[in-house]
Amino acid sequence: MGATIIEKIVRNNTGKEVHPGEIVTVNVDRVMIHDIFIPFVASKFEEMGFTKIWDADRAVLIYDHLVPASQVDDTRHFRIGNEFAEKYGMKNVHRADGICHQLMTEAGYVKPGDIVFGTDSHTTTYGCVGAFSSGIGYTEMASILGTGTLWIRVPETIKVEITGTLPENVMAKDIILKLIGDLGADGATYKALEFTGDTVENMTVASRMSMANMAIEAGAKCALFAPDEKTAQYCGITLTEKERDLTGDADAQYCRVIQYRAEDFVPVMACPSNVDNVKPVSELAGKEIDQVFIGSCTNGRLEDLMAAADILKDRHVAPFVKLIVTPASRKIYREAAANGTLEILARAGAIITHPSCGLCCGRTGGILTDGEVVVATNNRNFLGRMGTSKVEIYLASPKSAAACAVEGRIIVPKVK
Amino acid sequence: MGKVFKFDQDVDTDQIIASQYIIYPTIDEMKPHAFESLDPDFAGSVQAGDYVVASENFGCGSSREQAPTVLKALGVKAVIAKSFARIFYRNAINIGLPVIVCKELYDHVNAGDEMELSMQEGVVRANGQEYECTKLPEYMQGILDQGGLIASLDK
Repeated sequence: MGATIIEKIVRNNTGKEVHPGEIVTVNVDRVMIHDIFIPFVASKFEEMGFTKIWDADRAVLIYDHLVPASQVDDTRHFRIGNEFAEKYGMKNVHRADGICHQLMTEAGYVKPGDIVFGTDSHTTTYGCVGAFSSGIGYTEMASILGTGTLWIRVPETIKVEITGTLPENVMAKDIILKLIGDLGADGATYKALEFTGDTVENMTVASRMSMANMAIEAGAKCALFAPDEKTAQYCGITLTEKERDLTGDADAQYCRVIQYRAEDFVPVMACPSNVDNVKPVSELAGKEIDQVFIGSCTNGRLEDLMAAADILKDRHVAPFVKLIVTPASRKIYREAAANGTLEILARAGAIITHPSCGLCCGRTGGILTDGEVVVATNNRNFLGRMGTSKVEIYLASPKSAAACAVEGRIIVPKVK
Repeated sequence: MGKVFKFDQDVDTDQIIASQYIIYPTIDEMKPHAFESLDPDFAGSVQAGDYVVASENFGCGSSREQAPTVLKALGVKAVIAKSFARIFYRNAINIGLPVIVCKELYDHVNAGDEMELSMQEGVVRANGQEYECTKLPEYMQGILDQGGLIASLDK
């Protein structure tokens, strides 16, 4: 019988055939710890009695949620992280290079077929290169640091097949929002999502990242894209035969198959205050807004900033609207500066911030208050995420967000 | 017997303990803010041995382990929901907070009712009725029985 991508990854890792529902122990290829939880990971690691990291080169420590510090106590996390890295010989430490989920693939820490765990729920992002990656808590992270292993339940797979050509004003973000709306916030709980079809094959790795990033918003354990030539180029590798085989077999067992025609997609938004509360932008048009945020590990990549710049070129954001743009990494920031994208955005009135989690996690850079409305490209619109619990957060694609910034109201991005 | 504190569906980890509190250095400092946006009186009124009962997808959202940890620290004996989000579920078992799926209970109890859970039997008793729960897989029950992941690693 054939296998799904996740079944092949786990099989290759454990050296035995696996089936959905089985509990197996996997050898972990890479772990990611971010600044918010490093103090807790460090104290649990020592409480467990470990004296060395199983393989310090496989661990990556990234400061992003608190960078640069907005409160005095934030610096405590950096101090504890630095001490932990020094004590246990961790060399892979990023102190101001960008958001963890961007850096893990951008800096080459994740390859197709890898098994990766991170202390952040959006760790599902690395499925964009065909890796099994998922979020865990700090106690389990401490346990992996000591043992190099973790138990997992082999998930069932939902296949999502998308074929055809997307309308010009639709982005990968609209696809994943629509899917989450259709599945519901728990529609993929404990399961793997596997994306396939020529629409997905024609997508950039950056677009696949936006989709894999949000898989957790439907409860998924991971989201997988079969590695191809684009993946190889992005990762700077030549695919091995084993990596090339990381596709869902024709006779693999799927618990559900969902098919979409790319031509049927329209720009959508996730409305307050649940990510699965998804509506066509056309139904929301006219609502006045106070702020627009373009950034985050979901949509802070070069193609996102360029898509926004394309709409904002020779135009200006509406009076009273604040447009905040946050590139996902220093590399993206420099590329966007070098190719003129930041110049266009700044000229249009954007506030361009340093690469970090910033507003997405409600820590800094554009906090909102009661009654305010924000259109944002990140991944969560939970109550209170970007300020008070009376802030309305609409999640959208960079194209929709940029169009709204110009208009000062929710509007469907135009097709040229 | 413990008292029921009842919550709706899709309770996310931000609602269990909000982002601004999870960087407090200790769980004790976070405790007063549990469920703040949903039930500001929760932290002040919950007693050791009480239960949290919820509908579907309890604990969705972030990976923060502070969410189950703060409930355990407040004395919550178990969380019984129609379903759980996966990271919350793993975290709860790893820190030794019993979590169990019960499809019926939510629709049959009210906030303030008295109830009792037997993890071994997989049964909840409330208002003179018994409600069947879905027992944990053996592996996870094993971790829970030993008091969580740290205790189980010591064995």
